[in-house]
Amino acid sequence: MSSEASQFDQLVAAKYKHGFVTDIETEGLPPGLDESTVRAISAFKEEPEWLLEWRLQAYQHWLTLTPPNWAKLDILPIDFQAISYYAAPKQDKDRPQSLDEVDPKLLETYEKLGVPLHERARLAGVAVDAVFDSVSVGTTFKKELAEVGVIFCSFSEAVKDHPQLVRQYLGSVVPVSDNYFACLNSAVFSDGSFCFIPKGVRCPMELSTYFRINAAETGQFERTLIIAEEGSHVSYLEGCTAPMRDENQLHAAVVELVALKDAFIKYSTVQNWYPGDENGVGGIYNFVTKRADCREDGAKVSWTQVETGSALTWKYPSCVLRGDNTTGEFYSVALTNNYQQADTGTKMIHLGKNTRSKIITKGISAGHGQNTYRGLVHVGKNAADARNYTQCDSMLIGKTCGAHTFPYIEVKNPTAKVEHEATTSKIGEDQLFYCLQRGISEEDAVSMIVDGFCKEVFRELPMEFAVEAKALLEISLEGAVG
Amino acid sequence: MSMILEVKDLYATVEGKEILKGLNLTLKAGEVHAIMGPNGAGKSTLGNIIAGRDGYEVTSGEVLFKGKNILELDTEERACEGVFLAFQYPVEIPGVNNTYFLRAALNAQRKYRGEPPMDAATFLRLVRKKLKVLDLKDDLLKRAVNAGFSGGEKKRNEIFQMAVLEPTLAILDETDSGLDIDALRAVANGVNALRGADRAMLVITHYQRLLDHIVPDVVHVLADGRIARSGGPELALILEEKGYAWLQENDSVAVENS
Ligand SMILES: Nc1ncnc2c1ncn2[C@@H]1O[C@H](COP(=O)(O)OP(=O)(O)OP(=O)(O)O)[C@@H](O)[C@H]1O
Ligand SMILES: [Mg+2]
Repeated sequence: MSSEASQFDQLVAAKYKHGFVTDIETEGLPPGLDESTVRAISAFKEEPEWLLEWRLQAYQHWLTLTPPNWAKLDILPIDFQAISYYAAPKQDKDRPQSLDEVDPKLLETYEKLGVPLHERARLAGVAVDAVFDSVSVGTTFKKELAEVGVIFCSFSEAVKDHPQLVRQYLGSVVPVSDNYFACLNSAVFSDGSFCFIPKGVRCPMELSTYFRINAAETGQFERTLIIAEEGSHVSYLEGCTAPMRDENQLHAAVVELVALKDAFIKYSTVQNWYPGDENGVGGIYNFVTKRADCREDGAKVSWTQVETGSALTWKYPSCVLRGDNTTGEFYSVALTNNYQQADTGTKMIHLGKNTRSKIITKGISAGHGQNTYRGLVHVGKNAADARNYTQCDSMLIGKTCGAHTFPYIEVKNPTAKVEHEATTSKIGEDQLFYCLQRGISEEDAVSMIVDGFCKEVFRELPMEFAVEAKALLEISLEGAVG
Repeated sequence: MSMILEVKDLYATVEGKEILKGLNLTLKAGEVHAIMGPNGAGKSTLGNIIAGRDGYEVTSGEVLFKGKNILELDTEERACEGVFLAFQYPVEIPGVNNTYFLRAALNAQRKYRGEPPMDAATFLRLVRKKLKVLDLKDDLLKRAVNAGFSGGEKKRNEIFQMAVLEPTLAILDETDSGLDIDALRAVANGVNALRGADRAMLVITHYQRLLDHIVPDVVHVLADGRIARSGGPELALILEEKGYAWLQENDSVAVENS
């Protein structure tokens, strides 16, 4: 470690004298955010100087920003000083010692998802290992992946083992100053995943990461960076869960995808952060910046998301279609039940010639849920022959929920063709009666109808994920009717 | 013969409006009854009440199915007990595969009866057998429930579902409307194939032509919320010839069906 780094250690140690130094491995940082927090995180991770500088710049910039308020979201003010920005695994005594001690509702959820028992145990907070908050399946197959030159590791490892790649691409898609939450993430991000697919390689297996917020009063700020070199191909899966807590927890991730010439990145998310209870108490505040840069000609990125969790979702996975003949796709299912709110959509930025984008979204609202599609299709003046097709469908279950659609279209090139279709339907009483009359229970009928509604999106998901997504939807809709 | 359906002095309202006004009807096992009657008389209402659709209020009277009060059961329980309604306007369910839907229905009913679910292969064999009887195209199986089906295809699909579910009581609400001649014959074949000693059927129709293929045991005329007249198959022929106005002229001879 450099002498500067140890100076930071001292600085940090001085500040957090009480219960900090000795418990550093097990307790993490107490709530609070200032420059020393940023330095402390960087120091824990033994980061190089340039990365600390990068974080500090982000932090300084963040101080000048105010939270966005344009989304159709009813947000309680977030107290950034009440959040802990670094939580390492806790001591064994703090964790449930056996499955019997774990909240039965949570266990039930995993059971319904068909997650096997030992897996359930792991997910429920028993026998948690150090990288619990971003477990990478890739670790299991490190050898196989290394043989073809694929790098798949935690972000912290990447910083240590592949600093030049990280330095080259970090922030190149989502700049530090991009938006309030991305900027905060840049200052305090803890961990995440890093993937690098070298030229011409078709990644031999799906890469997947399971994110989980575990500790109380903790924010999660993960950072994912995927780089697909020329002609490479990768499918990446991301799943998320969180335990139930009465307070709102903050999740502010940044995902950056870089697709070089003729590369293809498929990015699938099943987001099931804790949505809060039936009365809207608790739940995750999910502010995510996901963006792909189709940086060179012929690149293609496809986003598929199934968003059933979080009290509040603010998320717009986007594609910058920079190269000529690049393609961006966005398939989304967003479900809001009880008091959940989602403001989600995409931005397709057509810059290159002959670029294509496709947007298919399915918003489902039940209970008092509010579901907003917000999307931008931008065609730059050089983007000759750009094409976009957008289809936004909303389904309402019951009378107290809402669906809203805000499509923004900016076309600066006359040769572009942009198509937009939108529908809103109610789960008709007649559809429900039809199913019931055939002997199908109301619960099964609703999930069948909703599943049918989402079909176009589900079929974009890898098989196991489609099954999980379907199960999740069913669980999330429980009690939505009758 | 055992009783399948007994409707006794049924009064019912929709949104405060009285539609059924003292309706009596009895179906025994093995019987097929036709119900005719002017538009708005309450024919679909009767079917919907028996099947348990929301929005109808029974103000007095009884509906017994196999001797039990069916009005106490949930809609899906009635279906599982063996009540089937072929809809006048079959409903589209986009994205839900027709075969998947039907298997879910069959297995829900089997579960209710305490039987194990039917596996996919056995189900497919059953389905193919039924398709043959109805002279239906295979490709209906692969599509979403009624989505983009023609009017005739929807009606055939109803009969196909009925054939697979083998209900004790089938209520066909204008299944013949909008069918071409071949489809009419196919639907009639489906109905006739299901006729049996332990089942009963209530066929709601406006046209005598269906009754050429499905010869009913009894024909009823439902007018103004009650059974205005009942008779043999010849009643349908008289109605076809003389229209419903003839009924009013002969009000005094209205008979109770037995
Ligand atoms: N949901 C409803 N709201 C209001 N009125 C209704 C409703 N359902 C039925 N009705 C009314 O009840 C009466 C009987 O309707 P029903 O559909 O039972 O007639 P029908 O005999 O089947 O007619 P048709 O031969 O045209 O199918 C009609 O006047 C109809 O407008
Ligand atoms: Mg009718």
